[in-house]
Amino acid sequence: MDSTIFLFLVQDGVINGAIYALAAIALVLVFAVTRVILVPQGEFIAFGAMTVAAFEAGRTPPTIWLLLVLGVLSTVASLIQERHVLGPRAIARIVSINLLLPVLLAYLAAIAAPAKTGTLVHVVLAIALIVPMGPMLYRVAFAPMAQASVLVLLIAAFGVHFSLMGLGLVFFGAEGVATQPLISRDFSLGDIPVTGQSVAVVATTVVLLVVFALFFERTLLGKALRACSSNRLGARLVGVPTALAGEIAFALAAAMGAVAGVLAGPIITTFYDSGFLIGLKAFVAAILGGLVSFPLTALASLGVGIAEAFFSFWTSNFKEVLVFGLILPVLLWRSLRAPAHAEDE
Amino acid sequence: MRAGIGRITAVLVAVVVVVLPFTGLMPAYWVTLFNYIGIASLVAIGLVLLTGVGGMTSFGQAAFVGVGAYTTSVLTVQMGFSPWASLPLSLAATALGAVLLGAVTVRLSGHFLPLGTIAWGAAIFYLFGNLSALGAHDGMSGIPPLELGGHALIDARQYFVVVWLAVVLSVVAAHNLLRARTGRAVRALRRGAIAAEAFGVDVPAAKLKVFVLAAVLAGLAGWLYAHFQRSVAPGPFGLNAGIEYLLMAVVGGAGRVYGAIAGATGITFLRDQVQDVLPLLVGSAGNYEIVVFGAVLVLALQIAPQGVWPIVFGPPPAVQPPRRSAGGMLGRREMPERGSALLEVDSVTRTYGGLVAVNQVSFGVRAGEIVGLIGPNGAGKSTTFNLICGALAIDRGEIRLRGETIAGSTPQRIAARGLGRTFQHADVVAEMSVLENVALGAHLRGEAGMLRALLRLDRDEEARLLDEAMRQIRRVGLADVAERPAGTLALGQLRLVEVARALCLDPVLVLMDEPAAGLRHGEKKALAALLRELRGEGVGVLLVEHDMDFVMSLADRLVVLDFGTKIAEGTPATIRSDPKVLDAYLGT
Repeated sequence: MDSTIFLFLVQDGVINGAIYALAAIALVLVFAVTRVILVPQGEFIAFGAMTVAAFEAGRTPPTIWLLLVLGVLSTVASLIQERHVLGPRAIARIVSINLLLPVLLAYLAAIAAPAKTGTLVHVVLAIALIVPMGPMLYRVAFAPMAQASVLVLLIAAFGVHFSLMGLGLVFFGAEGVATQPLISRDFSLGDIPVTGQSVAVVATTVVLLVVFALFFERTLLGKALRACSSNRLGARLVGVPTALAGEIAFALAAAMGAVAGVLAGPIITTFYDSGFLIGLKAFVAAILGGLVSFPLTALASLGVGIAEAFFSFWTSNFKEVLVFGLILPVLLWRSLRAPAHAEDE
Repeated sequence: MRAGIGRITAVLVAVVVVVLPFTGLMPAYWVTLFNYIGIASLVAIGLVLLTGVGGMTSFGQAAFVGVGAYTTSVLTVQMGFSPWASLPLSLAATALGAVLLGAVTVRLSGHFLPLGTIAWGAAIFYLFGNLSALGAHDGMSGIPPLELGGHALIDARQYFVVVWLAVVLSVVAAHNLLRARTGRAVRALRRGAIAAEAFGVDVPAAKLKVFVLAAVLAGLAGWLYAHFQRSVAPGPFGLNAGIEYLLMAVVGGAGRVYGAIAGATGITFLRDQVQDVLPLLVGSAGNYEIVVFGAVLVLALQIAPQGVWPIVFGPPPAVQPPRRSAGGMLGRREMPERGSALLEVDSVTRTYGGLVAVNQVSFGVRAGEIVGLIGPNGAGKSTTFNLICGALAIDRGEIRLRGETIAGSTPQRIAARGLGRTFQHADVVAEMSVLENVALGAHLRGEAGMLRALLRLDRDEEARLLDEAMRQIRRVGLADVAERPAGTLALGQLRLVEVARALCLDPVLVLMDEPAAGLRHGEKKALAALLRELRGEGVGVLLVEHDMDFVMSLADRLVVLDFGTKIAEGTPATIRSDPKVLDAYLGT
């Protein structure tokens, strides 16, 4: 391996790692606030890329139908969950969040699609269509069992993943898509050509991570989310609405997923089920980071991305085996230093 | 006797299994479907033992099914083994894999364990799909059928008999295990492992054993699958299949062996029906089944998180105390000479960050003596208690039990040296009967392991253990609730369950953390009488107690702590008039 290949692989790895980082941080956030391991994170990624692709083709993205289906389900779920406290205002709120907002977004998307309004509008609309799906999923699937064990929530998350993936096939079809690069100009770094897309991916990820850090350190909402993650009951006692915190965490996760999808769209061919594998690797990174620390998770994601790039160069057949196998030494290390009474802490 | 009825039922079911497919009552399609259900049931039974009973979750069982299936495929297709000869080797390969992965995974706490299984489950799946020796993505075909006396079992009806006999045997073995010494230890793991450790259960080893057992059941399923399907490909051994198996165990009712079969039947049927019926309803083929599947899964978890089986059939029947004579009693420990030093606590210090919880505390307990450890709230009594039991590590100082250092030792080893304890907050397994909870205390007095339990070769020892447990239950006055689940008892009764469990250890020294809290007057008097009786037998007793009347009337000596330091030691009469003690309790 000469230095050109080496640097090329590193570049490749950093790009993948940046995308994994977005997904992995969303996983850590959602787990911390709600104890749900967000398996359907991958679907947000796939839907993000496929929505942009539909806009670029001048078609109304099928995402709107998915959003409307989820909106209806979410309305029903909210009405059932709040049946004891329903007043005209509550009904108006439920309907406007779950039905009117999706209809409005769908309408905007339907106007914008044939006009081919340009990359920026496509990206913004794609993200806007996907973000509400996060809280909707939380209301439909997870809010009714917020007190369940991590295991039950995890299995339910797989159920949601199956359903969403199936709906993805129904609405988006089995064809793969690739989208236009966000920045089509290429650069060079010394002898190494650097695509504009890589710059866009890394820059976006870095900016988002910084925004994230500021959000959690500086804003009241961010602090409330952190309070929920460190002590749910305590947070409730001081007045943080934990159900709302869950919805916000899911909205942030959906946004991160959609962004990751938009960024990955030009790099890989995206199918309705491509997200799962990306999500799974993000999840490896999240575990490597201990499922708690955001900076460690970002670092671990980078590590997973670079390792994957080198594995696929050395032995492309066993790339996945090795990436998932990465977790074993870390688990071993954790087992060896596990305290005797870890369960009780 | 219940065990006898169980055996008759098992034989009857086995006869039905042998006859049913040939009666013409089952259409051929159903026979095939039920073969797959039986194979899945084996995996789900393993998961019930692992998850519902042992409290560990695995998403990777499908990978073990794959190890079993691929091992027998390679052995029979490429190396010319007969399928029967490859059975033990396939199971051994699965067990070996489970030991390696389990050694890494089972010590993980909380959610890291299931997450770890997802990762290696995925890794093994991709390994199957890329190893050219295993046919990579195409898999392997031409696997020979099972043969019985020269006759190939190709007909699904004949295979039905093999599959379901394996299921019946596994159910019987699983029930044998759950009712035995090792099974009780595994069941005690589910709610934290502190109590299990305090009675000498080697927790990581117990976890690893269940993990390997669950994997071997999955390997057996894989072997059956390979010789029924006659070809293998990576698909059925992926993560999705692993999730489906877990789903079967959870939907059926994690923790219940029959629930595994119910879950396997329900899920397999659901998938089958959804594939058949949905296209008729929505007009297009295929796509919707996974949507419905996921939705049903989420709904099931929302409506019945405990699974279907307990809702329909209620709690499991209690284990009965043995009716026949146990054939001799359990051996007893040699008691130390009355008055000899049992426990010596020597200048023990424990800090939490800057806070010194226990500071240079020294005292002792002799054989045949009751010592009370008292002090105001926050004096360091419970910390001292946990340091002695090995539940907490000491920073400085020395603790000796019968002359041997126990500081730095594990709770298991300290228990083995004859220290029995009770907990401040009653720590019993709610789903287990009082009898089984108390029998856990005698864990170290038996030796039958998992294999003997599965094969029911441990009956004599079991009878002796349960006999001893029953004796101690009578001693604390709980004989009439012995068969009730411990979770249904009142707090005072739970404390007595803990006392009985500690006595089952055949202790030389008993440590009790506030045993009188929550007891009624009559119960307190009975407990005091019991402790005096123990003292008479030469047992040492150390009481942490808030109830002054109780401890003053009972203890030979009192040790008083305040702010982590010993401020007084002496007979109840001298302590009662000690100015420092009065000061600590009443304040100034």
